[in-house]
Amino acid sequence: MTKPSRLAVLGAGHVGPVIARLAIKAGYPVAIATSGDPDDIALITELVIPGAQPRWAADAVAGADTVVLAMPLHRFADVSPGLLAGKLVVDAMNYWPASDGVLSAFEHGGSSEIVARRLTGSTVVKALNHIGYHELEDRARPAGAPDRRAAGVAGGDPGAATAIAGLVDQIGYDPVLLDSLRAGRVLQPGGPVFGAVLSLPEFERAVREDARSLT
Amino acid sequence: MTYTFGLDTFGDRNSDADGKPLSHAQTIRNVVEEGVFAERAGADFFGIGEHHTDYFPMPAGDVVLAAIAARTERIRLGSAVTVLSSDDPVRVFQRYSTLNAISGGRAEVILGRGSSIESFPLFGYDLADYEELFEEKATLFAELLKGGPVTWDGKTRAPLLNQDVVPHTELGPFPAWIGVGGNPQSVIRAARLGFSLALAIIGGPPARFAPYSELFQRALENFGRPPLPVLVHSPGHVAATDEEAKAEFWPRWRDIITQIAPERGFAIPTEQSFDRETGPHGALYVGSPETVARKIATNLRALGASRFDLKYGMPGLTHDQLMTNIELYGHQVIPRARELLGGPSPDLR
Repeated sequence: MTKPSRLAVLGAGHVGPVIARLAIKAGYPVAIATSGDPDDIALITELVIPGAQPRWAADAVAGADTVVLAMPLHRFADVSPGLLAGKLVVDAMNYWPASDGVLSAFEHGGSSEIVARRLTGSTVVKALNHIGYHELEDRARPAGAPDRRAAGVAGGDPGAATAIAGLVDQIGYDPVLLDSLRAGRVLQPGGPVFGAVLSLPEFERAVREDARSLT
Repeated sequence: MTYTFGLDTFGDRNSDADGKPLSHAQTIRNVVEEGVFAERAGADFFGIGEHHTDYFPMPAGDVVLAAIAARTERIRLGSAVTVLSSDDPVRVFQRYSTLNAISGGRAEVILGRGSSIESFPLFGYDLADYEELFEEKATLFAELLKGGPVTWDGKTRAPLLNQDVVPHTELGPFPAWIGVGGNPQSVIRAARLGFSLALAIIGGPPARFAPYSELFQRALENFGRPPLPVLVHSPGHVAATDEEAKAEFWPRWRDIITQIAPERGFAIPTEQSFDRETGPHGALYVGSPETVARKIATNLRALGASRFDLKYGMPGLTHDQLMTNIELYGHQVIPRARELLGGPSPDLR
């Protein structure tokens, strides 16, 4: 797969605008959508996400090859899997009962694995979920910066994971590839790197030590 | 622009000089003394944030504010914040309208969720319903504030039909704000419903919130409303010197954030992250009066805000340390920040 060229960000709450701004800064064309009318987010887009295009969700997705899910997880049920068919989907959502309440569909297993089971026509990669939205922008650094931090990219499709690793690299983080959504459970709430902002060696050590503790 | 300066507390549980936690009851009595002293020191506002935990034993801040109201003359008193989603807007209005009566028109409310969620299970609410609960209840609260009979129908409480809700306010609506932590759609909602905007900035560079202030004023215009004020709420601690303030605050901050990090998604604090947050581009106002005043002035300007509320205290600090913080904030930080901002002095307000 080639590098993603057009992004649709679904969600204009805490997380969506941050990812959209970072992607715009890295040179990607970005459309942003909520579940509603793009007019409702026109002012937000103009002032908070300058450069992004507010769209209806269907239009944003139709014009993109990569779709970032940045809505609260309990709103994922409202997304039609058909809408995302054929797309590379970045799951930036989290199942985080302590903060957002219990969702029975997500009580067992990794949240991105459950998302992927529903999106049968899409290729799902888990990324951009584990660094807090209030830090994601502030801690982004260009490649080679001494204080650059790492970010995990998990997915079973190597081409898709590599493409999203490229996106993560360009927005300002050293990507760490994990070879399945199952392996991406280390990126979830309660996992060793969730909420932490770590350098590449620290990140790899945290993931390794966690894997060891599971065996 | 006229600038005002407040102090907020969550009823952070005090410790004695040996580090032994004081009782909830003694902590609450200390908050009353701190509120009374805040007026004497020169603060314009004293706010109490609703919490339901052993380290923030402060579920009924309005009762505490009433005690402070009875012993003060001038300082404005309010919630910071009221967790409206898990409360009944009619009861919140009644409690703060009563506080407004007791205090001679000094009550305010800041409505929001804060980043704390313990009231949801306590009162039988589902966190997944947060959005609908807040939207409906904030809309009803805006109706209640207008005064006069209210007719309302929704999913989250019993309907109201031409209902007179007492006590009536004497001088129209009291000031009401919506607290926002970074969701631009919440900024739009505050503008749509006619609430003022409280920016809760507890981590990262405050300047990133500047577009929110502009978003708020532009949204007010679009909704045909007059401009409304923006306030900034952030944590901090003032002591005689930067070193002293940091030494007192750091272990308390580290312990409490480490404890709540798993459920709030905060990073575990390190000395490095603490230095960044207490530095010129961070969200913590920890230092000498001069350091804190400079940071306040810089950020109020950058954010187009006219009020700063320092969330003082942290579980484990002593009542004496908090009183020193309040004294320095009132006597030194506020006048210095006003001077830096070039705003009118208190006598001219």
